[in-house]
Amino acid sequence: MSDLSINFCGVKFRNPLVLASGILGVTASSLKNVIRNGAGGVTTKSIWLNPHKGHPNPTMFGTEHYFINAVGLPDAGIEKAIDEIKPLIESSEDPIIVSIAGGNKQDFVDIAEKIHVVNPQILELNISCPNVEDQFGRPFACVTVDAGELVKRVKEVSKNVPLVVKLSPNVNNIAEIALECEKQGADGINMGNTFGPGLVIDIDIRKPVLHNKVGGVSGPGLKPLYVKKVWDVYSAVKIPIIGTGGILTGEDAIEMMMAGASLVGVGTAVYYRDIDVFSKMVKEISDWCERSGVENLEEIVGAAH
Amino acid sequence: MKSIDKPKVLQIKDIRNENEFIKTFVFEYPLNSKPGQFVMLWLPEMDEKPFSTSYDDGKEFWITVFKVGKFTEKLFDLKVGDQVGIRGPYGNGFKLKVNQHLVMVGGGCGSAPLFSTLREAKEKNCKVDFVLGARTSDLLLFQKRIKDFDNIDLHVCTDDGSEGEKGFTTDVLKRILDEKIVDMILSCGPEVMMKKVSEIAFEKSVKAQLSLERYMKCGFGICGNCTLDPTGLRVCKDGPIFDNEILKNVADFGAYHRDSEGKKEWFGACKVR
Repeated sequence: MSDLSINFCGVKFRNPLVLASGILGVTASSLKNVIRNGAGGVTTKSIWLNPHKGHPNPTMFGTEHYFINAVGLPDAGIEKAIDEIKPLIESSEDPIIVSIAGGNKQDFVDIAEKIHVVNPQILELNISCPNVEDQFGRPFACVTVDAGELVKRVKEVSKNVPLVVKLSPNVNNIAEIALECEKQGADGINMGNTFGPGLVIDIDIRKPVLHNKVGGVSGPGLKPLYVKKVWDVYSAVKIPIIGTGGILTGEDAIEMMMAGASLVGVGTAVYYRDIDVFSKMVKEISDWCERSGVENLEEIVGAAH
Repeated sequence: MKSIDKPKVLQIKDIRNENEFIKTFVFEYPLNSKPGQFVMLWLPEMDEKPFSTSYDDGKEFWITVFKVGKFTEKLFDLKVGDQVGIRGPYGNGFKLKVNQHLVMVGGGCGSAPLFSTLREAKEKNCKVDFVLGARTSDLLLFQKRIKDFDNIDLHVCTDDGSEGEKGFTTDVLKRILDEKIVDMILSCGPEVMMKKVSEIAFEKSVKAQLSLERYMKCGFGICGNCTLDPTGLRVCKDGPIFDNEILKNVADFGAYHRDSEGKKEWFGACKVR
């Protein structure tokens, strides 16, 4: 039996599969259920300091080739996180990554400061959501100096909690942005958020389908684009990477790891293969390791470089 | 059969006024939903909400809607020929076996998905006691259509006694369980009523399946908005029909639901109808 465990920023994950933020992350019970279904760790839905309304429905739908969403980061704020996420973190044997969001830079600093009450093991800075641009402008993750400044300011208040910054694939200088985040103190990179935004029009109604009109695109068709982004980030930085985007199978996860990811974010795959996708993928990874004579999964990280 | 996950635009073929607050919308489309399953109905530029099908014969399906807020008001303004988007069918549906004696307990608009099970109940040679309840006689749903089925004992009750027996569906249920040997209870309606149905079913050691309603975004088990405590079961995918044994361990049942931001909203002291 191969060892699938991964050490990420000093935190041990029993396998590399991490539930991506925004999927099945509304309640602590749901996150626990994902762990029961085989995930090595889970990421909460992005937590705001104050309650934040998302977009009306339709907020998401899927096709064979892609998935599109514009949920708009709804959250009930820090009080609910204290009620639900704090006890979850205290009772969970598996790591809970706490994602945080804000509208402006100060919001991020404020929530990063307050979120300590839930004792996060890893913080993830969601500065790359493409679905709130109407409200807050271009994501900070798309501008090198903004991303760097935010990491620096959050790092000042996030103390010893490892800080992962979730980046946007919608840039042509990802290496530069990742490097700047590393310079300013980021402990890890999540590469990354959804592509786009994209637009789907219903030709009978003659209107966009999503209520927000545009939405972030994910799904199996985009996997090569995400693998390339992870490849580029791995080439640029030394801090570990969570590779997220287009991963549906254990083989996909292994490919992502060979491009440079230590952990692999799984989100849209729940749509394609249901909630037990995690245990299915763990088995696929395990089988591949047996076949390939890999005893310790960590050895394949970046193996394709 | 695979569900439609990107809204499919359909024309409303017919609209029937069931009463002042309830309308049935008819669509000519082979949705092939099972009784108890639901669709996400999209009103462009407005919102998208889940509704159980109240009938589906493989050629046309119906949804029966109670006017409760802005969305349903807008839906009620639509005319025959207008277009809406449909995704689905989603969820698990009621499970029936042959030759069962069933008691269906429907409160208000909750009778809609129960009505949709009657065809299958008939095909499976089930005997049905149907408890149809509402606040007042005007709000009794599908009374005539239910009567038209053979092999059904219909028990009508209203809170105010304006038609049938004066009292609650749960009182009638208790009496039936005292008098008859029943294999399964199916129920849909206000959750406070269903909580009572659930308790009675345990008391009398009769199995039950209950249909839950929660705020939903995706409908296919990925967003997590409709998950239940402490199991994390998803109403849209693992439900909306749950066995009573499962609900025994659900903290939310009869207590609270969650809004679009995931915040708990406690059920008020809403009257059983």
